[in-house]
Amino acid sequence: MSANRVRVVVTGLGATTPVGGDVASSWSALLAGQSGVRTLTEDWIDTVPVTFAGTAAVDPTEVLPRPESRRLDRSEQFAMVAAREAWQDAGAPEVAPERLGVVVSSGIGGINTTLSAYDTYKERGWNRLSPFTVPMLMPNGPAAWIGLDRGAQAGVHATVSACASGAEAIGYAMDMIRAGRADVVIAGGTEAAIHGLNVAAFAAARAMSTRNDEPQRASRPWDRDRDGFVLGEGAGILVLESEEHARARDARIYAYASGVGYSADSHHITQPEPEGRGIIMAMTQALTDAGITGQDVKHVNAHATSTPAGDVIEVQAVAKAIGTHPLVTSTKSMTGHLLGGAGGIESVFTVKALQERIVPATINLDNVDDGIEVDLVHGAHRALPAGDIAAVNNSFGFGGHNVTVVFKGA
Amino acid sequence: MATEQDILQGLGKIINEITGIPAAEVTPEKSFVDDLDIDSLSMVEIAVAAQDEFGVEIPDDQLKNLKTVKDVLTFIQN
Repeated sequence: MSANRVRVVVTGLGATTPVGGDVASSWSALLAGQSGVRTLTEDWIDTVPVTFAGTAAVDPTEVLPRPESRRLDRSEQFAMVAAREAWQDAGAPEVAPERLGVVVSSGIGGINTTLSAYDTYKERGWNRLSPFTVPMLMPNGPAAWIGLDRGAQAGVHATVSACASGAEAIGYAMDMIRAGRADVVIAGGTEAAIHGLNVAAFAAARAMSTRNDEPQRASRPWDRDRDGFVLGEGAGILVLESEEHARARDARIYAYASGVGYSADSHHITQPEPEGRGIIMAMTQALTDAGITGQDVKHVNAHATSTPAGDVIEVQAVAKAIGTHPLVTSTKSMTGHLLGGAGGIESVFTVKALQERIVPATINLDNVDDGIEVDLVHGAHRALPAGDIAAVNNSFGFGGHNVTVVFKGA
Repeated sequence: MATEQDILQGLGKIINEITGIPAAEVTPEKSFVDDLDIDSLSMVEIAVAAQDEFGVEIPDDQLKNLKTVKDVLTFIQN
């Protein structure tokens, strides 16, 4: 790492999640151990083996003006709500349009629009489709609308890597600033995939919990009785900025976004590689990129989705790449798994943990599974030490994508 | 048969829903582009909604001739 490299800081946070409509309410719900998982009442619910999900605590159509909502897919609505919160939180920075970028991703894109527009087309004909159908279903739509909203011209991107998409977006945004392409980048992930087809398809992959009688107990990372992930929806967005730009405008700095690591398992299209080699590689590269060692990392917001296969492999990899000392948690135990939105909200939570020096507990972790040596936070939230510490957010996706983002306390 | 006033009210509601322009501002003499600042894709949205609301087809080659609110009222009544 070059000593004079551009340093990237986090100056704004925004989120809309199953546990809260903004960052403050989401974060306090996590510290209180509240689940955002609810039993669904949709008309398709009898056709699928899973009857619950982490639905958004605040419906985005209640927040956005009606003319805007109707042109946006739900995934775009979430992204817009979170991006505006993050932008205001950053103090609405003054930045030249050609120095402002956006990298916001989703795993599946505008799937609700794709499916409902297909019904409209089949039943009522092409000329009953909204002229905004294409921008609603395209996976770059959330990034593009945010870019339009803010007038961003330095580049508007959507990195797509399933459940690693949001973290990959943050990494790409860091790279844009470090490469000198932008001074400020709005980055994160969004997802709105609670639809019968998605539930059916993930259930067909045998990836989802079917604990229908106890929905709020279903997402239980590392617990012996975990039986799959719980689908969630929402968005998490960060405003990233070069340190120089942020200092010049006297911005509040939450944390440094100091390193990112990427790898691909090249093992199986959905199953994790059993030795965690790809995950170790992503974490090791992220530490190197940040110029720190495992000892500096005091907290890991794990990918841990509550699937039987993935959770233990990840923390065994954490033990090898970082050590057994960090406080490890999975906020998915409360939010469910937001797929492409996961890296967005969990990076927001990782930054909050560094800022407030507190790690939310993983809920529903009654009996820790075998083979786990790391310090899992459960039962009650735990304090992080003062001083110069770092925290890690892991995100992995179908396709074998692994992304690790490192944040350092400001 | 809906009166012109009924159609104007219905159209005002649709335009408000799509663009946020207050329904009261949708008056017959207004031009969609010059007065109401409605772009061509929004006009398509309005036409799709108006077709459902009033049960008339508005072909694309006719749509481009509908420049004022009055033009739409006349088209729907005929």
